[in-house]
Amino acid sequence: MPPYRLGAGQRQLWTFPGGLHLPDEKALSNHAPLASAPLPRRLIIPLRQHIGAPAKPVVAVGDRVLKGQLIGEAQGRLSATIHASSSGTVIAIEERPVPHASGMSAPCILIETDDEDAWAELPPPLSARPDPEALRERIRWAGIVGLGGAAFPSSVKLTPAPGIRVRTLILNGAECEPYISCDDRLMRDRPERILQGARLLRDLLGVEACLIAVEDNKPEAILALRQALVTDGDAAGIEIIAIPTLYPSGGEKQLIRILTGQEVPSRGIPAQIGIVCQNIATVAAIADAAFDGKPLISRIVTLTGRGLGQPRNLEVPIGVPIRELIEQAGGLSPRLRRLLIGGPMMGFACDDLDIPVTKAVNCLLALTPDEAPDPGPALACIRCGACAEACPVSLLPQQLYWHARARDLDKVRDYNLFDCIECGCCAVVCPSHIPLVQYYRFAKNECLARDQEKRQAEHARQRHEAKEARLERLEQERKANLRKKKEGLADKAPPPPPGAPVVGALAPAAVAEDPKKAAIAAALKRAAEKKAALASQGLAPKNTENLAPAQQRQVEAAEVRRSELQAAEDAARPRE
Amino acid sequence: MPTAIVSSPFAGRLNRTDQVMLQVILALIPGTLAMVWYFGWGVLINMALASFFALACEALAMKLRGRPVLPAIGDLSALVTALLFAVAVPPTLPWWMTLIGIVFAIIVVKQLYGGLGYNPFNPAMAGYVFLLVSYPLAMTTWLAPNIPEILEAHHLVTLSFLDSARLIFTGALPPHVAWDAMSAATPLDEMFSKLDQNATIPEILASPLWGEYGGRGWEWIGNWFLLGGLYMIWRGVITWRIPVAVLAGLLIPAGMFWLVDPQAFPFPAFHIFAGGTILGAFFIATDPVTACTTPRGQLVYGAAIGLIILAIRHWGGYPDAVAFAVLLMNIAAPTIDYYTQPRVFGHGRREKT
Ligand code: SF4
Ligand code: SF4
Repeated sequence: MPPYRLGAGQRQLWTFPGGLHLPDEKALSNHAPLASAPLPRRLIIPLRQHIGAPAKPVVAVGDRVLKGQLIGEAQGRLSATIHASSSGTVIAIEERPVPHASGMSAPCILIETDDEDAWAELPPPLSARPDPEALRERIRWAGIVGLGGAAFPSSVKLTPAPGIRVRTLILNGAECEPYISCDDRLMRDRPERILQGARLLRDLLGVEACLIAVEDNKPEAILALRQALVTDGDAAGIEIIAIPTLYPSGGEKQLIRILTGQEVPSRGIPAQIGIVCQNIATVAAIADAAFDGKPLISRIVTLTGRGLGQPRNLEVPIGVPIRELIEQAGGLSPRLRRLLIGGPMMGFACDDLDIPVTKAVNCLLALTPDEAPDPGPALACIRCGACAEACPVSLLPQQLYWHARARDLDKVRDYNLFDCIECGCCAVVCPSHIPLVQYYRFAKNECLARDQEKRQAEHARQRHEAKEARLERLEQERKANLRKKKEGLADKAPPPPPGAPVVGALAPAAVAEDPKKAAIAAALKRAAEKKAALASQGLAPKNTENLAPAQQRQVEAAEVRRSELQAAEDAARPRE
Repeated sequence: MPTAIVSSPFAGRLNRTDQVMLQVILALIPGTLAMVWYFGWGVLINMALASFFALACEALAMKLRGRPVLPAIGDLSALVTALLFAVAVPPTLPWWMTLIGIVFAIIVVKQLYGGLGYNPFNPAMAGYVFLLVSYPLAMTTWLAPNIPEILEAHHLVTLSFLDSARLIFTGALPPHVAWDAMSAATPLDEMFSKLDQNATIPEILASPLWGEYGGRGWEWIGNWFLLGGLYMIWRGVITWRIPVAVLAGLLIPAGMFWLVDPQAFPFPAFHIFAGGTILGAFFIATDPVTACTTPRGQLVYGAAIGLIILAIRHWGGYPDAVAFAVLLMNIAAPTIDYYTQPRVFGHGRREKT
């Protein structure tokens, strides 16, 4: 794809294939400055608000906790810590519905708030150029995850693998999903914070360039950042770039392409080509943690859509039930058609108002029938190719659809199903209103389930082999014992007359047994090695036996996600 | 497949099949009006007949297949097939031939293959070719264009609405008028049959039938269809690739032949404006269901159609070749698509996808 220039003297930008110009609808919610949501009576804080393993609760029911106090410890590399978002008493640690496309439940800590909102003792501010390890440790402590919606632990992203040199840091302020304006508002209202964070990360990674990308439908945000950059001093290497408004330019890989012309390899991560991306809200949270010692206990949420009385952006404590936010935004209109968590392109529908806001919830979208018209029944695919034109990954959505429908899983893999970022462009342009993305999700699940089956079959085979080997070993031992006994008898018996045949052919038998034993040992060792190899990939059976089927599926999906960390990053939402 | 569960995207859909089809129908208007102007009411009568037959066939087929009738009618695809068929056939075609052509197009070519989206061949062109091989005379008898000089020079008459209707429905010619007094060779016919008789191009072009680029009248019809085609590109109903590739595939070799021997090979623009080339390139080759869908595949597909048109015109037995070229390439479309998959984002440039 040829690069194109925005104008003289401006940075060269590239394009990615496909993409859509969607009505952005940001004006609904981006007019008023940020405000804070009031504290609710009760906070519901899920122990898993990130892609890795759930955090381990470190408080007990009845404990009094303070605002900012650690209540969940990270469990493993991809996990993140959880802190109390206000002071109060822990009243329960139990399963609760949490924001998720499947409507699943997960363990949560319930806190009954007192009205004091009293802070715990916070760590001291770091210096403007902190020691890298201290900064990473601070980020880890603060439980900061990608706030664009992917919720990937930031400290992991900011710790490049050995041998990888990060040259470019990209701060993602594209915010390309229609309706969402939380990043827009943050950039307008707190540009200095973002730039402070940008400097921290620039120095931490030692990058050559730190590019802050904002779609050009947010001129005020661009202006605010540029002004702050001028007045703030130390702008070395930091550049604020207006990129053309085109969905999904906020997708990590699309954004990298736009800014650098480079393509992140399929199934790869940006670090492989020397790039790290962070959402601008994440960066601001990192500055909060470094300079205010504040853990990630709140986030900005866009409350919008014509189904809400007063669309706006609020800074919301993590754990507030969305019911209370809806009240803050003027309540739901009787014309409400659909309530979404996230944007209209990649969000998911939600019908439970008691689910809490988590670190990954960036938008609550209440759509009226005019905004989300019923697409009507799907018609036949007319092979118009509109979907292929729109696909930002250059997939052939139509072919994927035919094969997914036919459940031809080999073919869908052939057509690179797993490169699909589920951006929804194909479905939006499809004149036959085929729910294409639904077919892809379905096919992906089928593929993963089939892989899982294969692995389970492999496990079963190994178990079976191990059992056979054990039985064989027992049998051999039994025989050996028998022989020993006989041997003992033979010892006591008078020596055979010379020339007589050797009784029991003892010596040859002993010789023959050795290779057999060696073979068994080898078989056992192979089995053990295979098991160990599987375990090292995180595929060993877990303590997931007593879960409900839905949870089981979630856990399995998560296992696969974890083992395919890169794929998880691929699936990152366009906004980060 | 849980299609009942609604999942993202939730944004309003940008297109609808019936709207896309409606755009095609709108785009046909200028060319159709030009045809009516030059060839009389028969064009419109054919259109009305073909549309009626097509909708009836579609409804019948859906009924027989136990599928809902209204959505199938409502997607307007049968109507588009009917209109394309009607502008491709001569304006005096007897009504029962139109019926046969449409039955073949809708019932056999479209519905027997599974309905919209499943038919490997362009139904309108299949119906057209079916008639062409069954009734070659009727299918190649064209009226002379309604241009006073031509009519005078050849002592020709035009048909009134009633005359046209009577001819189509009863086969009766207007009183005291013979076929010869109404019909004229099409420019393509004229060109290639005279060339076969070893006339040179300048001699052929001296006839009053000739205009600037193609036959008089005909070239203007081409222009008006072109307008509709550009409208479709502008509205995003079709992409530029197939039409441009068809024209390039036809023009470039035609131009080379012409440069080599301008006496024996017509100049390239002739090919574009003489027959159904424009209609074929913009309206027929671009039929989404039967064409290639990958960007590079569309270029290959279009260029091949252009080449085949040229080859059939010069060396084949039929004067116009658009329908054959399109049908031939319809079969190849899936294979071309398979070998021209775009490089998936993030995959190495060399890697086979
Ligand atoms: S956009 Fe829809 S109708 Fe067109 S090819 Fe794709 S899936 Fe088929
Ligand atoms: S959802 Fe997948 S197939 Fe559809 S446009 Fe997006 S990336 Fe392409």
